[in-house]
Amino acid sequence: MTDPILTLSGITKTFPGVRALHNVSLELYPGQVTALIGENGAGKSTLVKILTGIYQPDAGQITVAGKPVTLPTAHAAFEVGVTAIHQETVLFDELTVAENIYLGHAPRNRFGLIDWKTMRAEAQETLDSMASGIDANIKLKELGIAKKHLVAVARALSIDAQVVIMDEPTAALSQKEIEELYVLIELLKEDGKAILFISHKFDEIYRIADRFTVFRDGEMVGTGLIADTSQRQIVQMMVGRSVDHIFPARNAVIGETVLEARGLSHPTEFDDISFSVRKGEILGFYGLVGAGRSEVMQAVFGMTNPSAGTMVLDGKTITPRSAADAVEAGIVYVPEERGKQGVITNQPIYQNVSLPSLNKTSTSGFLRLAEEFALARTYTERLDLRASSLSQDVSTLSGGNQQKVVIAKWLATLPKVIILDEPTKGIDIGSKAAVHGFMGELVEQGLSVIMVSSELPEVLGMSDRIVVMREGRLIATLDNKGLQPETLVRLAAGIAEEQAA
Amino acid sequence: MTDTPHRHLPDRLDNPLKSAILSWESLLVLVAVAIFIVNSFSSPYFLNAWSLSDLTFNFTEKALIALAMALLIISGEIDLSVAAIIALASTLMGFALQYGADTPVLVAIGIGTGIACGAFNGFLVTGLKLPSIVVTIGTMSLFRGISFIILGDQSFKGYPASFAWFGQGYVFWVISFELVLFAVAALVFYVLLHRTNFGRRVYAIGNNDVAAKFSGVRVERVKFILFCLTGLMSGMAAVLLTARLGSTRPSIAEGWELEAITMVVLGGVSILGGAGTIIGVVLAALIMGLVTFGLGLLNVPGIVMSIFIGALLIIVIALPILYRQLRSRR
Repeated sequence: MTDPILTLSGITKTFPGVRALHNVSLELYPGQVTALIGENGAGKSTLVKILTGIYQPDAGQITVAGKPVTLPTAHAAFEVGVTAIHQETVLFDELTVAENIYLGHAPRNRFGLIDWKTMRAEAQETLDSMASGIDANIKLKELGIAKKHLVAVARALSIDAQVVIMDEPTAALSQKEIEELYVLIELLKEDGKAILFISHKFDEIYRIADRFTVFRDGEMVGTGLIADTSQRQIVQMMVGRSVDHIFPARNAVIGETVLEARGLSHPTEFDDISFSVRKGEILGFYGLVGAGRSEVMQAVFGMTNPSAGTMVLDGKTITPRSAADAVEAGIVYVPEERGKQGVITNQPIYQNVSLPSLNKTSTSGFLRLAEEFALARTYTERLDLRASSLSQDVSTLSGGNQQKVVIAKWLATLPKVIILDEPTKGIDIGSKAAVHGFMGELVEQGLSVIMVSSELPEVLGMSDRIVVMREGRLIATLDNKGLQPETLVRLAAGIAEEQAA
Repeated sequence: MTDTPHRHLPDRLDNPLKSAILSWESLLVLVAVAIFIVNSFSSPYFLNAWSLSDLTFNFTEKALIALAMALLIISGEIDLSVAAIIALASTLMGFALQYGADTPVLVAIGIGTGIACGAFNGFLVTGLKLPSIVVTIGTMSLFRGISFIILGDQSFKGYPASFAWFGQGYVFWVISFELVLFAVAALVFYVLLHRTNFGRRVYAIGNNDVAAKFSGVRVERVKFILFCLTGLMSGMAAVLLTARLGSTRPSIAEGWELEAITMVVLGGVSILGGAGTIIGVVLAALIMGLVTFGLGLLNVPGIVMSIFIGALLIIVIALPILYRQLRSRR
């Protein structure tokens, strides 16, 4: 067996409150495709950023062709021959294809100026060798997303990269374009490149990869040859975990149906989604990123208007046309994008909390600050918010505490249904436990909770029932009794039962 | 988290008096006092009750617009068509005058035109989701263009004396109607922005309109109301200005949009939205009035004044940004 071209060992990376990677290792071999597999939040993106010089590891060693290297900048990564093709390719629309391929390493003439003629000719040669049918002289913006990927591959070939990282390259491609990409990957393999292939889709991994490495919770939990390993074994590595987080025991009494959605559809995002949530129940929504779960929730919350379908809340049909309508009806939404959609940074905590409840804390439209402070204090203290005062700017709080501000804001409106979209994404373990504990309290008090989550333990640990979505469709609604994590992963990724068995 | 005693969160930690002293507004007070002192030394005619009363005519009409513009800019939008709204409102008042309209009808037409123009801007921005800077550059030409079509190179004259009182009358001694109206409007806008739910929502929208919408604020409705308010204040300014001048030409109030915006920004309102106070805008209006009146007393020609306004606009946009950068660094 040949030696690996790139070796990572003992790589650790910690962010404030979060351990993103712990003592991971990875080996990439020339002429082989290694699939990097893991749930969302397993640390794959962090690893890519370390490999491309964007993040610096706290500990560990990177070796390229037997020599230890450091990658302090993106340029340093480029110098040692590491290049990445991202989900959304980082290229320049207004430049020509040839300029994109040779940006930063264009051939020079004897005056030190760019040798345009050679550059165009070589770019065209590379493109032709890939049978891409792309003219090197047109502007990049004239190409579709698949062709842009080809340009990115051509760029990888032109800089003589040793290691090509492909981060979910097929996410935006059609089936035909994916096939073309496979051909290219074969081309890169023949050329002796080491390829790191990141994908959620098992059919792709089994089609193209030679090796695999599985990450879980920032640790490397398995590695091996694809040919020797079944999908079932890989799924088990992905989900099997030590019990490091205890979910609250729940004693909520489940009552009548509170909210029922029937046949919700959207022209592009989701189709024929029906579900119901009962009093005192936590309904989990599981699926891969991009399965359309957030889009469904935003339609329920009135941010987008579904093209078809009805919603019934407490026996009455509702058609929320705006978030304000939904809040009035008693449906609130804690968005995934906390910084953009959840909190208003630059404003104090109490103003964030009181914003949807201003009509309650005021007299005929005039503010009553004392009432506002009292309301904000009641709910933030219940959530054990860590802050110095209620006038503290929200932007100075940690992610977990910002999330508590968003939840406090909604609890103050006394909602019937609270929708939590990835409620613990990117927040530290302590705040995570607080949010989970609080969700348990909410349902005990008779609220209905809908929780969108891509984290398996969270979905399994918190939900009474679980809805699985895939590519905008509702695949299954399951009772969370003796449910195996493997079942959820299979349903979400679309792996057939017999294949995995 | 059920049995443990909750940590107590105080309302605020900083001393409100200290932050008031360090505020942009107190700096404006110092500047206003300094210019007042310089003016009184540089011209013997300055320190006189009637001079000072004349001074107020220099800014009250523009400042009325600036009050509403401040809310609009805090919400993250802008209206560049305010001066053109004055031209159109004034032209329609003059047009009605030709058909024998009396004072109450003229005032109603002036204010009504302002509200209608503001609603039109508001519809284009909130209904069709167009950027306000583009919309109001367009309506700036549109509104004034209609005035030109109606008037050509003519002018409307002959407004009744009872109408002229709005622009020339005094309520008490040297206190003009314009000054009283401005004081009342300033108070109303102060309460609206700083003491009502509506004002709180304006700040929330200006800081993050997406999060505001996700928090159940009817963002489009608030912005529409703000455009109508700006139109209303422009209509009011049109009544005062037309009454003061006693005539209408299509070139009336040319360039006023920039002066109103200068007042707003000098007053400490962030051009990016989300921050600013009415007190700051009132102080800025006073400073602009003091400066232009002082320069006028010194016989500085109009072109120099417009250079001064231009320079002031750039400086005051840069200064608060630099000031905040300095403050946040501490």
